[in-house]
Amino acid sequence: MKKKGAEILVECLEREGIEIVWGIPGGQAIPLFDALYDSKKIKLILTKHEQGAAHMADGFARATGRPGVCIATSGPGATNLVTGLATAYMDSIPMIAVTAQVPTKLIGNDAFQEADVIGITRPITKHNFLVRDIKDLAKTVREAFHIATTGRQGPVLIDLPSDVQKAEIEFIWPEKVVMKNYNPTCKGNINQIKKAAEEINIAKKPVIYAGGGILSAGASKELKALAEKTGAPVGLTLLGLGCFPGTHPQFMGMLGMHGSRTSNLAMNEADLIVAVGARFDDRVTGNLAHFAKKARIVHIDIDPSSISKSVRVDVPIVGDAKTVLAELVKQCVSRKHPEWWAKINEWQKAYPILYSRKGALKPQYVIEQIYELTKGKAIICTEVGQHQMWAAQFFKYDQPRTFISSGGLGTMGFGLPASIGAQFAKPDSLIFDISGDGSFQMNVQEMITAVEHKLPIKIIILNNGYLGMVRQWQQLFWKKRYAGVDISIQPDFVKLAEAYGAVGMRVTKEEEVRAALEKAIKINDRPTLIDFKVAKEENVLPMVPAGAAITDAIDYKDVELA
Amino acid sequence: MKHTISVLVENKPGVLARVAGLFSGRGFNIESLTVGETEDLAVSRMTIVVGGDDLILEQVSKQLNKLIDTIKVIDMTEKQFINRELALIKVNVNNGNRSEVMQVVNIFRGKIVDISSKTFTVEVTGTDDKINALLELLMPFGIKEMVRTGAVALTREWQKEDTKKNR
Repeated sequence: MKKKGAEILVECLEREGIEIVWGIPGGQAIPLFDALYDSKKIKLILTKHEQGAAHMADGFARATGRPGVCIATSGPGATNLVTGLATAYMDSIPMIAVTAQVPTKLIGNDAFQEADVIGITRPITKHNFLVRDIKDLAKTVREAFHIATTGRQGPVLIDLPSDVQKAEIEFIWPEKVVMKNYNPTCKGNINQIKKAAEEINIAKKPVIYAGGGILSAGASKELKALAEKTGAPVGLTLLGLGCFPGTHPQFMGMLGMHGSRTSNLAMNEADLIVAVGARFDDRVTGNLAHFAKKARIVHIDIDPSSISKSVRVDVPIVGDAKTVLAELVKQCVSRKHPEWWAKINEWQKAYPILYSRKGALKPQYVIEQIYELTKGKAIICTEVGQHQMWAAQFFKYDQPRTFISSGGLGTMGFGLPASIGAQFAKPDSLIFDISGDGSFQMNVQEMITAVEHKLPIKIIILNNGYLGMVRQWQQLFWKKRYAGVDISIQPDFVKLAEAYGAVGMRVTKEEEVRAALEKAIKINDRPTLIDFKVAKEENVLPMVPAGAAITDAIDYKDVELA
Repeated sequence: MKHTISVLVENKPGVLARVAGLFSGRGFNIESLTVGETEDLAVSRMTIVVGGDDLILEQVSKQLNKLIDTIKVIDMTEKQFINRELALIKVNVNNGNRSEVMQVVNIFRGKIVDISSKTFTVEVTGTDDKINALLELLMPFGIKEMVRTGAVALTREWQKEDTKKNR
C-alpha cells in the first residue's frame, strides 16, 4: 500500500515501540502531526516550548532506558530543541528528534522558518540525517534508532522536508538494519579482561569508580558483584548515582567537586582505579596534574574515544559494561582488604558530609526529610545548581534510574520537563523535581503540561532568592561581589502554582516540612509545588575549587569557623 | 609532531563539514586537508595533515572513527607511505634571470606551464619539504602568487618491518 512520508514516519515510530511523543506543531510540520492524529498507538503530548519536549523525551529515556522521541517544526521549533539535544548528547541519552524542514527545493533560500538544522545540531547529536528522498525514509528511521540505542548512546535527529512528508511511496519496513561502517564494540577483549583481573587481584588499595555507563548498560548487578567479590570501595559520579546502592557498606559517596572527602581521598591514595562507564570528567578529577598519582588505571568503556582522553590508562577495555564486568567478576579472586578499609573508615569518620541546622530552614534538611519520608522509594529529578548537589549528597539512591539530572551540560530548566517525561514513563512512581528558584523559572511554562495530564509531580523549590551556585563561587572566590545573582524579586510561587491549577504550599520552618511533604505525597491528580524558603547563603560543601587537586577540598568546618 | 592521516569516508553531502567541525570543535590543528573520490565512487578519501602529541593524535583517530560516515582511519605516519603535494607558483622573471629560474625549476623536476613577459608559472609536485625548498630558492626572484593543494598520500604496498618512517 502506498503511504505518505509523514505516515511512514509514524508507522516506523510505532514499529520501534514508541508510545509517546512530545512536541509542538508548526507550518512545515502539519503533515507529520496530521499523521500522528490517526495513530492508535502513539500518544502526542503537546508541550509549551520545544525545549520542554526535548527534556521530556530525555526524562522518559533516563527513567526507562528506552529512547524518547520529540517532534518540532522547522526554524525556531528546531532551534528550540538545541539545548535539549546538547543535554542528552553530553549525558549519552538515547533520543530521537524529528524536525520538519522547508520543502527541498527551498532549502538554502532563506525561506520562512528555515534554519540549517543539520549544521546547527551536528556537534550536539550522535548523528543527524536530512531525508531528501522519500525512498530513504524508512531506512533512515531504522538507522536513527539503531544509532541512538547502541554503542555509546545519544540523540539522533531526523530533518524531514515538508514535501517529503507529503510524497507517497510503497511502504516497506526494513526488517534488518545494515550499516557496514557502524559496528560498536560490545564484547571486551578477553586478554585485556584477564590483564584487568590480574591488576585487581594484586592491588592493595583498589577503588571502583563507576558512572552513567553502568545505567546505560544495565550493569548494576554485575557492578555490585565485582565490588563485593573484590572488596573494593565504590565511588560514583553524579550521573552514576543509583547504579550501586547508596546504602551499601562499600559505597563511599559521590566523587569529585562536591563529592565526599572519603571518595576523593581514596582515589588519591588508591594503587588501582577501576573506572567503569565513566569518563574522567574535570568535575571528578580536579587538577589532572595531581590526580591519582599512585594508581594504575583500568578503564572499561563502550566509547574508545573516552579512554586515555584526559588520563593515561594502563589497561583499556572497550566494551559493554555488562558483558565485560560479568567476565571480569569470574576472573577476580575474593578479597577483603582489611587495612585499606581501616583507612577508608577512618576518613568516613573524620569527614562526614555535614551541615548546621542553626538559623533559617536549611535546604539539606528538606532533602533529608524527603529521603526519610519516602524511605528512598522515589525518583528524584533535579534542575542544576546547589539544590542538585544537595539532592545528590543527602538522598541515598539504591535503585538504578532513580536519580535524573543534567550532568555534563548542566542545564538549568531540565528538571521540571524531565520529571514530566519520567512520570509518563512511570505513572505509579513517586516523582520529585528538586529545584531552585532560578532553575524552576527556566521552563516553568511546562507546569501546565503536568496539570493537563494530571501528573502528580512534587515540585520542591529550595528558594534562597539567589542563583545560588554562582553566588557561592562569588562568595568564596570573587570577594563576595554578587554580580547578577540576586533573584529575590520573584513571582509568588504558591499563587503561580494555583494559577496553573496545581497545588501550592509554602514552608518557612523545620517543623512544617514533614506535614507539607506528607500532604504533597497524598495528592495524586495534579502537581504540587512547595516553596521552601531556605537559608539564603547556605553553601554546598565539601567543595573542591575548580583547578585544585581533589584532595584540597573546602570543608564544612573551614567555612563554619571562618 | 606532524601526522598524515588518511580517512576513508562515505561520499555524500555534509561529510566534509562533519570532519571539519570535529577538528574545530575539539581544537585540533589542521595543517592541510584534501578530499577527493577514490576507486569506489561511494567512497571519498581525505588526507589530513595534523599536528599534536601522541595523546592528541590518538584522540583525532578515535574521534574520526566515531563519526558514523567514517569507513576507515589510517595514521600513515606509522607506516611507509608516498606523500605528494602539488603547487603552482607564479614567479617574477626578467631577461636577466629567466634561464636561472628555469635551471632551478629543472633541478626540482618542475614544469613551466604558463609564461608571460614578466612571469613563469611553475608546476611542481613532491613532499612539502621539497616544495618548501623550491619556494625558498624562488623567493629572491619574487613570488607573485602561489597555490598548494595540501598533501595526498597512499601507503606503500610493500611495508618494511622495522622502519617507521619514510617519505
